Amino acid sequence: MNEFALFDEMHHPEGVVRAQYQDVATQLISLPREALAHKQREAEVLFRRLGITFAVYGEEAGAERLIPFDLIPRIFSAREWALLERGLKQRVRALNAFLHDIYHDQHIIKAGVIPAHQVLENSLYRPEMCGINLPNQVYAHIAGIDLVRVAENDFYVLEDNLRTPSGVSYMLENRNTMMRLFPDLFASHAVAPINHYPQMLLHTLLDAAPHNVDKPVIVVMTPGTFNSAYFEHAFLASQMGVELVEGKDLFVHADKVYMHTTEGPQQVHVIYRRVDDDFLDPLAFRPDSTLGVPGLMGAYRSGGVVLANGIGTGVADDKSTYLYVPAMIEFYLGEKPVLSNVPTWRLSEKEDLKYVLAHLPELVVKEVQGSGGYGMLVGPASTPAEIAAYRERILAAPASFIAQPTLALSTCPTLVDAGIAPRHVDLRPFVLSGKDIRLVPGGLTRVALAEGSLVVNSSQGGGTKDTWVLED
Amino acid sequence: MLSRTADHLFWMARYIERAENTARVLDVTHSTSLLPDDSEGAEAHLWYAPLNISGCAAAYSAKYGAAESVAVTRFIALDPDNPSSIYTSLMRARENARAVRGAITSEMWESINATWLELNRMAPTLSGNRLIPFFEWVKERSHLFRGVTLGTILKDDALNFIRLGTFLERADNTARILDVKYHILLPSVKDVGGAADYYQWGALLRSVSAFEAYRKIYRDVISPQRVAELLVLRADMPRSLHACMNEVDATLEIINGSTGQEARRCAGEIHAALHFSLIENIFANGLHEYLTDFLGRTARLSKEIRSAYLARRDGFVIPLSVRPKTQAQYQMTQVQ
Repeated sequence: MNEFALFDEMHHPEGVVRAQYQDVATQLISLPREALAHKQREAEVLFRRLGITFAVYGEEAGAERLIPFDLIPRIFSAREWALLERGLKQRVRALNAFLHDIYHDQHIIKAGVIPAHQVLENSLYRPEMCGINLPNQVYAHIAGIDLVRVAENDFYVLEDNLRTPSGVSYMLENRNTMMRLFPDLFASHAVAPINHYPQMLLHTLLDAAPHNVDKPVIVVMTPGTFNSAYFEHAFLASQMGVELVEGKDLFVHADKVYMHTTEGPQQVHVIYRRVDDDFLDPLAFRPDSTLGVPGLMGAYRSGGVVLANGIGTGVADDKSTYLYVPAMIEFYLGEKPVLSNVPTWRLSEKEDLKYVLAHLPELVVKEVQGSGGYGMLVGPASTPAEIAAYRERILAAPASFIAQPTLALSTCPTLVDAGIAPRHVDLRPFVLSGKDIRLVPGGLTRVALAEGSLVVNSSQGGGTKDTWVLED
Repeated sequence: MLSRTADHLFWMARYIERAENTARVLDVTHSTSLLPDDSEGAEAHLWYAPLNISGCAAAYSAKYGAAESVAVTRFIALDPDNPSSIYTSLMRARENARAVRGAITSEMWESINATWLELNRMAPTLSGNRLIPFFEWVKERSHLFRGVTLGTILKDDALNFIRLGTFLERADNTARILDVKYHILLPSVKDVGGAADYYQWGALLRSVSAFEAYRKIYRDVISPQRVAELLVLRADMPRSLHACMNEVDATLEIINGSTGQEARRCAGEIHAALHFSLIENIFANGLHEYLTDFLGRTARLSKEIRSAYLARRDGFVIPLSVRPKTQAQYQMTQVQ
């Protein structure tokens, strides 16, 4: 994959602007530099006033930073989106079927499609979940599927996020900001709306409630104000009109979960939790957790409360399980996968390890259970010393790593100091599974702001863009 | 409503109100300091008052020694180490608001957040004469926040706990201002109706926006007893103890649930005492004693409100030994 094959989201190879970008090219990108800079500052003021900030771990305590927002939208045609939507629904349906299967009859293991050790010896596999029946057999109610594009019709799934995917609040606020800054653009485009996402999420959580409950009480559970995604937790709770709770607000009595209110205890039926499995219940998992609720796991197992996402979903979004997702789709749904996987080497395999160690400068190497862009090696962007250090880490525990080719991520015009220049982007749509699978058109487009960089994670200095799906 | 949410709303409102009242006290102390007074120790005498009102005289003395205008102003207005400074109050108000963003309207959050950002932007430039408009600004931001709150929030228990916080804090502040100032001004009581009296008592009235009301109601020279009557007993004077307790009493009545009986009884008792008192009797027993007793009773009322609504009443208590780990755990929770 060489530099010249980069897919440009806005231009055809001959330089002609693609149809869906026509108006943005004439009304936005053609604005004088000062006008664009002015709009950019206006956007920053809006974000800061709204307090849309996140904390970066390792920086001074309590520091709140803005995620850089780029003015130039990333645009999909209705045809492009239809393909993605079909592929995303298919993939998430298969992933939930897989989770149900491995915590019940384990057909997929018996059929030899995925090796038993890959599932059962995975540290994210939770034997406590075996035999529990969840409403609608849904484990990952909210899934964030990271996609990248390398050619006109060539999308790859980079990873599945089935534990506590975040970023949806930025998707929504990016749209609000664009509508405030450029109302004219929305008047001249039929941009599919996304603002009903919280409504859709509420609907999904109501679907998830235990079936015998008349008026389910939903809450959003956050680790607290110091968590980097706290803004999003508060945002979603208020948009859905439900309480935002911390572990200390809840207690368990006789396998039911209650929250402390000014009128006394009130029962809770569905917890949209943004706390990792490990911290949820000090009696079941980490005994030193102060973020959780003692006895929560017992209440969950007995069906007194539903957690979204369920416990034990990590085994399915693990980067070594990722390899098997296309096989899962064929196994459970009898369909060909619509979205492809990135070719992946498993460093637990001798042959793969040998190949990867010989080609480190051209590959991307990731920790199997990592997330957030922490602890990965981007070969082409690393110094020989960094590569050598990473090699040592790999050799110490090869099975903890996978490697992939360095993809030529598509680029989208982006406003940077030097003007408008192409920068690499990915896309994270949010797929909701209740009684049906739902998603709003689009997702969060993340952009690597440094020239040539392929790391789009906000924790690594990435920015975001508004993502448009044009209606026909 | 979640008890923790109620707690944050209550304190958010208290800290905003506290910032406003502190700004009022500093503002009026500044204008008083412009009056000629050559007596020995006059400056220290004047500048101890705001320290005493906000209860931070000891902390100040430890840091700066004798009270003088520049240091006291800086300490009370902007010192982040002073737990009762305007700076700290606005920071805490925002922290509490941030913890319950979902329970307040986005306009309220934007207002309180913008106040905090603006404060940090201008803090380095503030000194000397620039502080006078700063006090005005603090008052305005507080007025704005109150207006935004009343104009946008649903009239449910969230508003009730905000009101409780606001009026308990205001009652507390008015009582303290009156107590401290009365103590300072007493030596001049014999000079009733004199020019000094006019300015000194006038300043006190201005600090609680009561100067014009006094003129309207009494149409006479300013006398200490009438000032006290206005600020303690007049129910139509928005910052008086009586007016504040009217609000507290009425708000407690409409909060949902049956856990607040003792809080209601306490509030009713304080309210009745204000409702049926005569200023002559209060003066006969001593205003200072009366105000001290009032502050004690409102402190007890705050405690009752806390245990009835704001605190967790049962469940798991985190052992002290593991608490320090919490912050690290916040951060260990991954963001996917």
